[in-house]
Amino acid sequence: MGVRSVTDNLGIRRATGDRGSEGPARLLGWFSLGLGVTALAAGSRVARAFGVDDSRPARTVLRAAGVREIGHAAVLLVPRRAGLGPWTRVAGDVLDLAATGRAYRNRRGDRRRRLGLALAALGGITAIDLYVSVRATRNRRRRPGGFAHGSVTVNRTPEEAYRFWRDVENLPRFMYHLQSVRGTGPRRSRWAAKAPAGRTVEWEAEIVEERPDQLIRWRSVDGARVPNAGTVRFTPAAGGQGTEVRVELEYAVPGRRVGTLVAKAFGENPQQQICDDLRRFKQVIETGEITRSDGTPDGTSIQSQAKQRPARPLATYRIA
Amino acid sequence: MKANCWMGPNRLAVEEVPDPKVLNPRDAVVKVTSSAICGSDLHLIDGFIPAMKRGDVLGHEFMGEVVELGPGARDGLRVGDRVVVAFPIACGDCASCQRGLYSVCENSNPNAAIAETAMGHTPAGIFGYSHLLGGYAGGQAEYVRVPYADVGALKIEDGLPDEQVLFLSDVLPTGWMAAEMGGITPGDVVAIWGAGPVGQFATVSAFLLGAEQVIVIDRFPYRLGIARDRAGADTINYEETDVLDTLREMTAGRGPDVCIDAVGMEGHHPSAALHAYDRAKQAVKAETDRPHALREAILACRNGGTISAIGAYGGFIDKFPMGSFMNRSLTLRSGQAHVQRYMRPLLERIRKGEIDPSFIITHTMRLDDAPHGFDIFKNKQDDCLKVVLKP
Repeated sequence: MGVRSVTDNLGIRRATGDRGSEGPARLLGWFSLGLGVTALAAGSRVARAFGVDDSRPARTVLRAAGVREIGHAAVLLVPRRAGLGPWTRVAGDVLDLAATGRAYRNRRGDRRRRLGLALAALGGITAIDLYVSVRATRNRRRRPGGFAHGSVTVNRTPEEAYRFWRDVENLPRFMYHLQSVRGTGPRRSRWAAKAPAGRTVEWEAEIVEERPDQLIRWRSVDGARVPNAGTVRFTPAAGGQGTEVRVELEYAVPGRRVGTLVAKAFGENPQQQICDDLRRFKQVIETGEITRSDGTPDGTSIQSQAKQRPARPLATYRIA
Repeated sequence: MKANCWMGPNRLAVEEVPDPKVLNPRDAVVKVTSSAICGSDLHLIDGFIPAMKRGDVLGHEFMGEVVELGPGARDGLRVGDRVVVAFPIACGDCASCQRGLYSVCENSNPNAAIAETAMGHTPAGIFGYSHLLGGYAGGQAEYVRVPYADVGALKIEDGLPDEQVLFLSDVLPTGWMAAEMGGITPGDVVAIWGAGPVGQFATVSAFLLGAEQVIVIDRFPYRLGIARDRAGADTINYEETDVLDTLREMTAGRGPDVCIDAVGMEGHHPSAALHAYDRAKQAVKAETDRPHALREAILACRNGGTISAIGAYGGFIDKFPMGSFMNRSLTLRSGQAHVQRYMRPLLERIRKGEIDPSFIITHTMRLDDAPHGFDIFKNKQDDCLKVVLKP
């Protein structure tokens, strides 16, 4: 589904953002900082090297350029991710090229030669800036997060864990975002997930691969509004200490509209959701019930942990 | 119903709260006949355990009568049964429970993620002991909901009074496990820091496991007196004598074979400066726990001996004497008591008259007076060692 991924040593695919443009962006930031400081601290020497006069307007322009370079540096170095920062450098390059081009036309002799070299260097820098900027832009469009994965060890045999999961109607018992899963054929099922304002998102899914006691792979059938796919693997834990259950989810690369739908269907944070789901899966398959306390009456979920009720009996219970 | 609620550090109130109900198939609701104040409750009162919320019902040592059962009750528990309830909530079905490690049950903390952030992995949920450990309402109340009642509630079938069996819920198994973790062999000399209820029961247990001599260290003469007169220990008052010197003297230079820290995170030190050092770091959260007893236990222990840390710690300690610990081949064992593992055998010993746990009770009062009970217990007033609350 077009999400970049790496496969780790457990054979699990994980989403990766292309961080390739981050390094060059940072480097450009340091470059800007160097240029800015030099232009401000040693303006006249820089002016001479470039072949512009030591005139007052030239000095002013140079000082302005120095301040601007420091601005680029701030944009590229301060935020956690440089993001679209490199584009500010491209804009600066255009200004520099215009100013230097103008000076080039008005100079003769050695100074013209030096300005020519300066122009060539600026052109090269512009090309680099443009390349980094374009990569950064492409990167932003490809939002990471098309994958979520989680794992848990349960004190049950692979057969028991597989059987529980293969009966897809069991899934809503521990996957809270699901309202229901109804079998519609030997490999087909209809899934309904909660959406805000009491609405539901529904889709049809099919099991595309099943290896008894080892693996189940499913995906939504064509036409689903939220195309998604998943795999669950069951492996005996070392020393026969239960079963390791590993789940991977993959869903459509979110465009804006679909992205919101995915958020509704899979919760705000699919990665977090899958961890909660697996904890509840363990509770249900081992103890037969979802763990509830007075502070967390609805059972394990990261969200409810943030807003705990006091640990005292509730006046009314919403749950069954 | 009435319940003793945490309203902020050093603030308690007995409030009217809703009655608990069955939430899950294996739940029981117990009508409390006796509950107790535990030394570890003081860490909550003093504000050293994070993730408390105003209004939390306290109490993890309690017993009573089953008044309601969920539809999935196992093991023949019936309405009307008289039960003592273990303080760690344990499912009985996960790998940890099946290994007998009930206090690290993998399923009973619905807030596992917070605990994992703080501790790496989560221990079991505990009644009335912060939202880090589950957010369960406690038993200093008229009624309490007991999850996995088939695992946590032990039926008391003969007429033993509450005072004899109540401490099976926590301090007796905790003291027993402290001694057991020490790996005591007949003839051992055992030193125990802390003459609170756990230290007293660790003393009794150490003798039952074959210790020849038990030396109890504290600073309150009345507590040392109980350890001497009721549990048969020798005693050291650390405000009067230097503990390391005295222990060396008493063991002719060897050091005790087994050292038990029954103090935990709010230890005191006779040197005002050393106490102030750790207290100040604790106040600014540079360390969370004051490990005076643990440090001393390590330095005191004989080469190749075992330290059993049963006093509660919550977070981080400083100045752990790792050099002494490593170079002298010491062993450190620790854990919250796996109460469910010890309840039956200890009930058997009570029945046979080998242990009478009621000797630690110094005060019995109404649940309404719980804040006063906490006060005298915390400030060691009126020779208070253990407070039992009656709803």
